[in-house]
Amino acid sequence: MAMLQLYGSEISSRLLLGTAGYASPDLLRHAVLASGAEIVTVSLRRESARTKTGQGFWALIEELGCRVLPNTAGCHTAKEAIATAQMARELFGTTWIKLEVIANDDTLQPDVFGLVEAATELSADGFDVLPYTTEDLSVAERLVAAGCEVLMPWGSPIGSARGLANKTALQTLRSYFPETPLIVDAGIGAPSHAAEAMEMGYDAVLLNTAVAKAGDPVKMAEGFARAVEAGRLAFEAGLLEPRDMASPSTPVAGTPFFKIDTVS
Amino acid sequence: MTSQYKIAIRGAGVAGLWQALTLARRGHRVILAERSEDPFADACSPYAGAMLAPRCEEESAEPIIRELGLRGIEIWKAVYPDLSAAGSLVVAPARDRKLLDRFERMTQGGARLGADQLEELEPSLVPRFGTALFYADEAHLNPGAALSFLLNEVRNAGVVVQLGVGDIPAGADFVIDCRGLAAQDMLPTLRGVRGERIVVRAPEIAIERPVRLLHPRFPLYLVPWGEDDTGANQFMIGATSIEREDDGPVTLRSALELLSAAYVLDPAFGEAEILSLGAGVRPAFPDNRPRIIESSGYIYVNGLYRHGFLLAPVMAEQVAHYLETGVTHPEVFVADFGQR
Repeated sequence: MAMLQLYGSEISSRLLLGTAGYASPDLLRHAVLASGAEIVTVSLRRESARTKTGQGFWALIEELGCRVLPNTAGCHTAKEAIATAQMARELFGTTWIKLEVIANDDTLQPDVFGLVEAATELSADGFDVLPYTTEDLSVAERLVAAGCEVLMPWGSPIGSARGLANKTALQTLRSYFPETPLIVDAGIGAPSHAAEAMEMGYDAVLLNTAVAKAGDPVKMAEGFARAVEAGRLAFEAGLLEPRDMASPSTPVAGTPFFKIDTVS
Repeated sequence: MTSQYKIAIRGAGVAGLWQALTLARRGHRVILAERSEDPFADACSPYAGAMLAPRCEEESAEPIIRELGLRGIEIWKAVYPDLSAAGSLVVAPARDRKLLDRFERMTQGGARLGADQLEELEPSLVPRFGTALFYADEAHLNPGAALSFLLNEVRNAGVVVQLGVGDIPAGADFVIDCRGLAAQDMLPTLRGVRGERIVVRAPEIAIERPVRLLHPRFPLYLVPWGEDDTGANQFMIGATSIEREDDGPVTLRSALELLSAAYVLDPAFGEAEILSLGAGVRPAFPDNRPRIIESSGYIYVNGLYRHGFLLAPVMAEQVAHYLETGVTHPEVFVADFGQR
């Protein structure tokens, strides 16, 4: 299986995992181990203090041994997101940032205008921006023009478990940006959703709630790991084109090609 | 009882108070040393709900919490006359009703109520919530009143209470460390988890039992704290479990989330008066499970996380049992110092 490349780094797993909503940090740790994820996202706005004092949770996140991708979850303006990103760079010593600018609290859909604004400023400031965006092509172009080398379109709204709501547009995005790493971020509810995104040629998936809130998060993490791997292998192998008629997999020599009574 | 010990307890939050009371009533000689001059000034206990909800907690806690917690309610009932044992309710807005199904699946002993049954329990909720989960054997209390009661009982039981004393009292057979997050100096894996809450006075609202409002992002719970001096009902609105260790003021964002969720529960909260906003930091181990850690006569009782009031009496009972018989609950006891 080919390695995932993000901002010049080789990443061993194509499954990225969020760290929110687990019953305990211990459960989170076991889920991350089972998922094989190399990158975990951490919400900064909510969980962090502005200082490094008393950061018991951070210490536990660092013990995971994963690459931490801080995110700007909960930010509603470009300004807020930029400030959070700068705070994250200091706290975690990384230039990577998952950029979220939220337009609407009910759907948590990206504010694409604020997103482009923040991505432009952060990229110029030396950040490696991974923007959480919609499947909209024109926004994607603006983000790439702003300096984003990775795009993270949503599958469906965060936490909704709806899977890939607009497959046609996601497929278009994939075809339009053949070289840009594309990660489906948000809305993944089942391993089948993740496999589907990977089969379409997406480079990775990022998810949180589907694992954190599963009855058994550790088992679900493993399920997702296998689905992502299966989907990627299928993409690399090349999927069969769907057909309207059956195509026998065993040789048919000696049997008539047509049923006589249907040919008139 | 096999023998009588001289026992020093460090920390007079809910864990230390229950420890002192339990051991003193079993005939041990107990000193309770608290770092702060004023009782509860440094404790996170006053910021508790305090719901005694071992079944509801299982939505995000391990079965051990339910098991110990049900015993916790029994002990509270036997000791504290002002305990309200009216059960607790869980509701969800119509569009989040699937969260209620999930909650039911993740917990045990909840009864699904229709509108008629809910009407009998909490009529004010019915216009907005047609169904609820009811956990009949859960309870709740007002933490401030309960802490004062416990301190009084501790003194009545003959415990020597030393306020403003941070050192370990000398000459004890056993020291029991109930300092919560302050024990981080000795327990490196202990972390603080911030909990925020708002206390309001709402004369128009007559909700009698704790209500949890499920929401994908802002789960809320409301705990009736009884009447104040003027006969108006007080409520605690809380919920947030934030992975942060500072107990600084509540942010506007948190306040908005809590208050707007309360408003969803009952729009009459729009007229409630805000009495206080505050945050406490609860001590937790990485698995969020409580522990009794023993190292040659020095015993830590810690990691009660957001279950302090629920578990404090059970942990005290377990420690007493351990001192007297050498046996305690294997799932909470850690003898090897290396595992803390």
